[in-house]
Amino acid sequence: MEGLNELAFVLGGVNHWITVFLIMAGLYIIVSRSNMIKKLVGLSIFQTSVYLLYVSPGKIIGGTAPIIIANAPDQMYSNPLPHVLILTAIVVGVATLALGLALVVRINEAYGSIEEDEVYSGEDWN
Amino acid sequence: MEFLINLILLLFLAAVTIGIIGVRNLFAVVVLGGAYSFLMATLLIAMDAVDVGMTEAAVGAGVSTVLLLSALHLTNTEEAPAKHSNVLPIALSLLTGAVLVYGTWDLPRYGEADTAVNSYVGDEYLARSIPETTIPNVVTSVLATYRGYDTLGETAVIFTAGIGVLMLLKGRRRKEDEDEEEERS
Amino acid sequence: MRGHLILRVVSKILIPFLLLFALYVQFHGDFGPGGGFQAGVIVAAAFVLYALIFGLRATQKIISPALLEVAVPLGVLIYAGVGVYTWLMGGNFLDYNMIDSHDPSHGQHLGVLLVEAGVLLTVSSTMLLIFYTFAGRGR
Repeated sequence: MEGLNELAFVLGGVNHWITVFLIMAGLYIIVSRSNMIKKLVGLSIFQTSVYLLYVSPGKIIGGTAPIIIANAPDQMYSNPLPHVLILTAIVVGVATLALGLALVVRINEAYGSIEEDEVYSGEDWN
Repeated sequence: MEFLINLILLLFLAAVTIGIIGVRNLFAVVVLGGAYSFLMATLLIAMDAVDVGMTEAAVGAGVSTVLLLSALHLTNTEEAPAKHSNVLPIALSLLTGAVLVYGTWDLPRYGEADTAVNSYVGDEYLARSIPETTIPNVVTSVLATYRGYDTLGETAVIFTAGIGVLMLLKGRRRKEDEDEEEERS
Repeated sequence: MRGHLILRVVSKILIPFLLLFALYVQFHGDFGPGGGFQAGVIVAAAFVLYALIFGLRATQKIISPALLEVAVPLGVLIYAGVGVYTWLMGGNFLDYNMIDSHDPSHGQHLGVLLVEAGVLLTVSSTMLLIFYTFAGRGR
């Protein structure tokens, strides 16, 4: 019985573990890669992991999507607040991605490369 | 059953992420990113966040992929081989991961109803939406009425980002300047 | 893409339904999943599909970049204008109850409708404008 509880504790946290894994993966890509488009993809992985972090605790097993059903007073609903916050985050995310890509395109035109190392080296900063 | 679907989708998501880290061709990275977004959208729908799932499918898998592809068209599709050692980034991400896992120990487990997250303001919105606004979709009513300021600010953010992209990319490339520079050097 | 007959025919059939679906998502947002953000992105995706198949120039004949540059701030102005209107009617900023003096719930519905219309306008035109600037950059 004790072992079963432990198993439920670990499995119940699986959303959190995967969220942490995605954060680690995103951070690793951003820090280790010098290609700027790859960095932006890593940044959006980092960002999507936050969606998971917010929406997971709002889910209630046995509940349904937070759209009120008439004549069903006992129906349970998942928490709508994280959904609203993350809805906003997604659209802002694509806006920032577009801005980042625009910067990358301009960097490529000015330096002829999107590799961070090549941009930093061989440039007289005037 | 709900939990099993959730688990399988999460494992797929982790697998696609490992693929994104490993692949060097940027075109493949962008396509894998689209697959990642679709999986994330399915996962969000499995977690009852239907509005968010729909947005993620349209924005993450649709618009983001198109933007990344058009940026790739303007730049380079192959990533240069790594020049630095990977030890420091791996150590950094492992350290961050360890701290975060330690932090998750006290978080509520998946699917519990009687947690702090699900007790106060979320319930309040669910109870008030119909009497106060007569809108059945609580996400819409919170987004547009209770948190209308947030959404106004967000629309302004999108507006600003659009202007930023226009300022950076609109207009002709200064080809003549570049040629002159080449001649001088 | 002159030679791809199947792509051209299928996309010509699909695009009206995409736009119709976007309108459904927009106006059914009170009762089901959807709203201004999702509908805006779907509208932009329909035009992006058209631009991918028939070319950027043909798309810019339908919706010119100058029109989009007007539509982007207009959406924000509609949203903020609803707030200012409720101010003038004696309520708080974005207090939709003030829009209809007889029945507050009508005011709520009208307010949400207008606000979502503003969001739709800004999101769709911004996404399309960003696509235009990237695609028109050339190599």
